[in-house]
Amino acid sequence: MSKLIRFAAVAILLAASGPLLAAKAGNLDSAGTNVFDRASLQRGAALFANYCMGCHSAQYQRYQRLVDDLDLSEELVEQYLIKGDREITDYMLSSMPYEESADWFGKGPPDLTLTARSRGPDWIYTFLRSYYLTDDGWNNTVLENPAMPHVLWDLQGIQRAVTETITDDEGNSRTIVTGLELDQSGRLTPADYDRAIRDITAFMEYIAEPAILVRQRIGVWVLLFLTVFTFLAYLLYVEYWKDVKK
Amino acid sequence: MAKTANPISRSVDALDQWVNERAGVKSFYKQHLSEYWAPKNFNLWYFFGSLSLLVLVNQLLTGIFLTMHYKPDAEHAFASIEYIMRDVEWGWLIRYMHSTGASLFFAVVYLHMFRALLYGSYKKPRELVWILGVAIFLILMAESFMGYVLPWGQMSYWGAQVIISLFGAVPFVGEALVEWIRGDYFVADATLNRFFALHVVALPMVLVLLVVLHLAALHEVGSNNPDGVDIKAKKDDKGRPLDAVPFHPYYTVKDVFGAGIFLLIAAFIIFFWPEGGGYFLKPDNFVMANPLVTPDHIPPVWYFTPFYAILQAVPDKLMGVVLMGVAVLILFFVPWLDRSPVRSLRYRSWVSKLALALFVIAFVRLGMLGLAQDSSTFELRFWTFLYFAFFILMPVWTSFEKTKPVPERVTT
Amino acid sequence: MSETEPLASVEPAADPSRRRLLLASTGVVGAIGVGAVAWPFLASLRPSQRARVVGAPVEVYIGNLEPGQMARVAWRGATIGIMRRTERMLADLEGLAGRLRDPESNNRDQQPEYARNLHRSIRPEILVLNVHCTHLGCVPQVVPEVGAQPFDANWRGGFFCPCHRSTFDLAGRVFSGVPAISNLLVPPHSFIDDDHVIIGVDPEGAA
Repeated sequence: MSKLIRFAAVAILLAASGPLLAAKAGNLDSAGTNVFDRASLQRGAALFANYCMGCHSAQYQRYQRLVDDLDLSEELVEQYLIKGDREITDYMLSSMPYEESADWFGKGPPDLTLTARSRGPDWIYTFLRSYYLTDDGWNNTVLENPAMPHVLWDLQGIQRAVTETITDDEGNSRTIVTGLELDQSGRLTPADYDRAIRDITAFMEYIAEPAILVRQRIGVWVLLFLTVFTFLAYLLYVEYWKDVKK
Repeated sequence: MAKTANPISRSVDALDQWVNERAGVKSFYKQHLSEYWAPKNFNLWYFFGSLSLLVLVNQLLTGIFLTMHYKPDAEHAFASIEYIMRDVEWGWLIRYMHSTGASLFFAVVYLHMFRALLYGSYKKPRELVWILGVAIFLILMAESFMGYVLPWGQMSYWGAQVIISLFGAVPFVGEALVEWIRGDYFVADATLNRFFALHVVALPMVLVLLVVLHLAALHEVGSNNPDGVDIKAKKDDKGRPLDAVPFHPYYTVKDVFGAGIFLLIAAFIIFFWPEGGGYFLKPDNFVMANPLVTPDHIPPVWYFTPFYAILQAVPDKLMGVVLMGVAVLILFFVPWLDRSPVRSLRYRSWVSKLALALFVIAFVRLGMLGLAQDSSTFELRFWTFLYFAFFILMPVWTSFEKTKPVPERVTT
Repeated sequence: MSETEPLASVEPAADPSRRRLLLASTGVVGAIGVGAVAWPFLASLRPSQRARVVGAPVEVYIGNLEPGQMARVAWRGATIGIMRRTERMLADLEGLAGRLRDPESNNRDQQPEYARNLHRSIRPEILVLNVHCTHLGCVPQVVPEVGAQPFDANWRGGFFCPCHRSTFDLAGRVFSGVPAISNLLVPPHSFIDDDHVIIGVDPEGAA
């Protein structure tokens, strides 16, 4: 009998692990962010305010929360992060009206509060590093023909695509992008640019779920407490079951 | 109770007596706890009943508090979830307890049902216990489906769209039925509003009622055990089973220990892994519902995927829906499909063991196929066939297989 | 259940002391756990971050407030009255002590320490008052003129609550013999400059 149980358990485990592993597919670079690094979040906040919030909003995140969570003073937030005529208690809304931007770019820029949860940090990290310039304008290897131009190009510089022409089985040849190379350097070295993007990504992870800063810390205490409780409950169970004759 | 001079304990005794003369608390306590005779040989599989109850309580409690902050309005629902996650003190914890609880509810209920299949707990005289249990499972599916719509993310919206459209397969009245369920010509505010009412008021009441009946039916006939032995057959001179222990304190302390282990797992998920790798909270559901943009892939939540896979296996809308329905409803008939003279798998032949093992594999595999985007039709059909073969052929092998002799008393 | 002997399969331990100890310790730890879980649930009912943002301090311009006139603003859902009192009004406050329930503002809950004086304000002439009646929360009418009133023959100006006929003087102090028993509440406030008062912020140094 116990063999059967073991067999069933192994079968379930094996079966369940399949999609878990498969879900990690795709060729995104690992963001390697540390959302608990306050300095990284602060740098990310500044970059986000300067480069993203011209068009994008974080409509569920209040500026006030940055004061509470990121060790920033109200003055600092008001001076450097708040754009336009907004109060510290307001949501982080873009200064650009949605309708106007929709006219310019074909569709309005999406709200970015939850992007780190819907797309994942790796996607953001890779996306912001994968712009390249073509004769028709900016393109991106992660999201083809993006509505958004490469707003960080002065930091990164200009990348060009390395292409290769392949011929498939039916004899049709087409050109694919196999890599990107830096054609003209920007204000940051590639390593510094990667760090800047990592900071933006970390900040977006934080605004996607501000509770992330506390929940794991609380979780450790909860698990410790439950371990003590379960151990006591186990002793109690063994103690009572001494009564029961085999 | 010894008489004491202490006025406090005297008045406590008096109150105790006053209540008991009117409500029968003591006899209830005796009948269901201190003198509910439970077989002494319960094993690991017997934790999942009390754990289901624990999760039910968790869902009710956290649900009540979420309802205090949530707005059932297509304009505001999504934002109100973010409000709970950010602006409500501890709102994130309560929400994660509820969302994690939903997945864990199905996990423990599936294991609980597997236990019944393992030890023949549905067989005479426990048919009604089983039927009520399947009814609970059905209501639970409806409850969780409607709850999943409430955050009003893309997966909420399109999941609702797909599942409600299934009713369109009903001949003649299908389209009218779908419109009636939605209350609009597409999944809309009206749909969200009624699902909210059903999720937080109607279905929980039905669920609690069914759970009470499930327990009442169980306590009427007594619990089965891993040997499938009828413990009431051997009694002491007071008419109490020889192989039993009083549920309280023996199984209460054991269940508290089990709850501790379970809570450790639950707390780990809630605090360190609330998205459950995208299976408990789907990434697409962090995008607000948009009727104009269909996600690339709309898989249901993991606990529905086995049935969803069966739907995909059939190349006909109506037949697919019917087969999916039958896949759930066939569970009601298990007590009569099983013709075996013994209850527990322990005393059945390898045929039964192989059948159950294959069924479990088919169920898990169907679950995986239902999640994937490009499952092979052959595989879908193969495992669907196995799933149904388990039930349809059950009367055959259980009638003919050679069973082992069942001991008179439970083994340990 | 001492009257029944144990089941055949059970033989209770001879010495229950270890059992009692374990039962007590598991019980205590479990009770702590239940309490710890109850806390987040109860705390979730407190005013949320949004409520606190909506309840943020309110700045009011009082440069155009005429003597004897009262302005009203909303702060945390309550009506706050800001009145520039005249010399006559301030002079009248002194003679009323005998008819008031708490002329010295001895109930410290009803005003910050810096407004605990005869005129119940920071600047004598500027009265900042939560004008909800301390009886059951209605908003009293301002009746500033002196003279006999249906509710008071010797009226020197003040607030009259139409709900249950409570009366207050022009410093918000409650009269004796009316349903309300405490003075109108002075909210925390301070002056940014001569013409701006901010409701919800204490003056610097007065925590």
